[in-house]
Amino acid sequence: MTFPFPASDLLVILPELVLTQLALGILLWATVVRKGREATLAWVSIASLAAAAVLIPVAARLSGPLPRAAFGGMLTLDRFSIFFKVLVLLATAVTILFSLKFVGTSSYPGGEYYALLLFSAVGMLFMASGTHLVSIYIALELMALSQYVLAGYFKRETKSVEAAAKYFVLGAFSSGVLLYGISLVYGAAGSLDLGDVARSLAATPRSSLLGVGIVLTASGMLFKIASAPFHVWAPDVYEGAPTPISAFFSVGPKLAAYAIFARIFFVGFGPRAGDWAPVLAASAALTMVVGNVGALLQQNVKRMLGYSSIGHAGYALLGLLAYASGTDARGENFGLWAILIYLAAYLLMTLGAFGLVVLLEAKGYATESVDDFNGLSKKNPLAAAAMLVFLLSLAGIPPTAGFVGKYFLFSAAMKAGWPSLALLAVLMSAVSLFYYFRIARAMYLVEGEGELRWREEPAVAAAVAVCVAGTLLLGILPQPFVALAKSCLLP
Amino acid sequence: MVTVAHYVGLSFVLFTIGVVGVLIRRNLLTVLMSIELILNAVNINLVAFARQLGDLTGHVFVVFVIAVAAGEAAIGLAIVVSLYRLKSTVSLDDASEMKG
Repeated sequence: MTFPFPASDLLVILPELVLTQLALGILLWATVVRKGREATLAWVSIASLAAAAVLIPVAARLSGPLPRAAFGGMLTLDRFSIFFKVLVLLATAVTILFSLKFVGTSSYPGGEYYALLLFSAVGMLFMASGTHLVSIYIALELMALSQYVLAGYFKRETKSVEAAAKYFVLGAFSSGVLLYGISLVYGAAGSLDLGDVARSLAATPRSSLLGVGIVLTASGMLFKIASAPFHVWAPDVYEGAPTPISAFFSVGPKLAAYAIFARIFFVGFGPRAGDWAPVLAASAALTMVVGNVGALLQQNVKRMLGYSSIGHAGYALLGLLAYASGTDARGENFGLWAILIYLAAYLLMTLGAFGLVVLLEAKGYATESVDDFNGLSKKNPLAAAAMLVFLLSLAGIPPTAGFVGKYFLFSAAMKAGWPSLALLAVLMSAVSLFYYFRIARAMYLVEGEGELRWREEPAVAAAVAVCVAGTLLLGILPQPFVALAKSCLLP
Repeated sequence: MVTVAHYVGLSFVLFTIGVVGVLIRRNLLTVLMSIELILNAVNINLVAFARQLGDLTGHVFVVFVIAVAAGEAAIGLAIVVSLYRLKSTVSLDDASEMKG
């Protein structure tokens, strides 16, 4: 029997292969581990993620010069995909650190939980390098199916199950819409390979089949990154899911979704950028307003962070728009590297903020409210200072990563000819100050009533410390990161 | 003579029924069935286009979509079961606590 691809193609997916095997091993091991001894599984999961991270440069070195296409164009290993892979692995590892006690002290089994997180990470790794609509779809579903289960993992909590039900219905629906769009694009372009789609789109005239296909694909993608008008699932899911999973949902799937969004729309539908850019612009404007205004009204911290992440999805859409507008006078493509910087900043600050919510021991499941932060600065000044850094960064105030990210994104939008959207983004950032500083006010200016509930967890504290360091480093010394992001662009 | 346009028309009708079903029905089982309709509309499209183009990719994609749809149905039904155990209802509106 002969294979239609060279065996060296397997080297390209070495990290994914190893991570899948280890995840399966953890799943098997989980069946014999007793409750209370599951921390070992968590540490092995983190070690597996580290192994995958180490294997990424090995795979890149062994499989030949980058970009390296494999499996007949199904996957491509390039610096763009490596950038996302590293971030995805980091987000998953931090999520596991958050989960150690949260799941360990709960009455739910931990083994499958970690295995599902790893399977989801494998899906995201494949999404980052998918260059064919078939492989992208399957990777997306591998990620999403694991996540539906994770959202409802605390199955005796009504909010968790409700979050799972809502996430499942809307996620499966959006996958269906995305897939219908893909099927129409297939009919119009005659191929599912993104490179072939682009060549075909450049050569064929506009058609309604193609137009509807692109709009439906865009709708499916906007759904995945929780952009208006397809954002309604996000606050409910973030509120109801176990807190470490909410943290994971707000970064991991979004990063991966941005990776395939950028790939499908720039590599595949690039020749039609003029047609779909206005659709994205409308969605970006609506998303920024809905996310930031919605967050103003929330008392529940997880729900507020959910709305805030909708707002951030809107800012990042500006980068996609800027990229769609092409290159500037010096031939430098702006937009995409700004998104990469922004997503790295977003990952650090959002995970950090959620980490502090994990540490906050709420009165009941999913009831973390702003008032729970009352008087934190007296009880635990370090934690309050860390939260303040994340809040400043989320609001986009220097010297933090959030400021750098927003600065590059908004200036890219200005240069690309969307000044009104950049202005709206600045205005909405000002609005976001109100709700972020409600938490800061609770921590520093309000006296706490009674005993503050606070978990002492070294693992979470360490993860939060890493996020603080990253947020400040990226904010104070952005140049190396900018150079790195600029070397990781799509061809 | 049945042309590709007929198949695409049929698929569009199925897709529309599916989308309307997801949007207006509140019973989770009906919503699940509507999602299956959407996926089958996709399959009809893919097979029809693959025939027209003389390209195998579409056929292969259909097999993958069917497999993923099976996994999706399994997880969806599991979630419906756990919701029913807690709330004794399979309606998303009746089970909804989180709003705003």
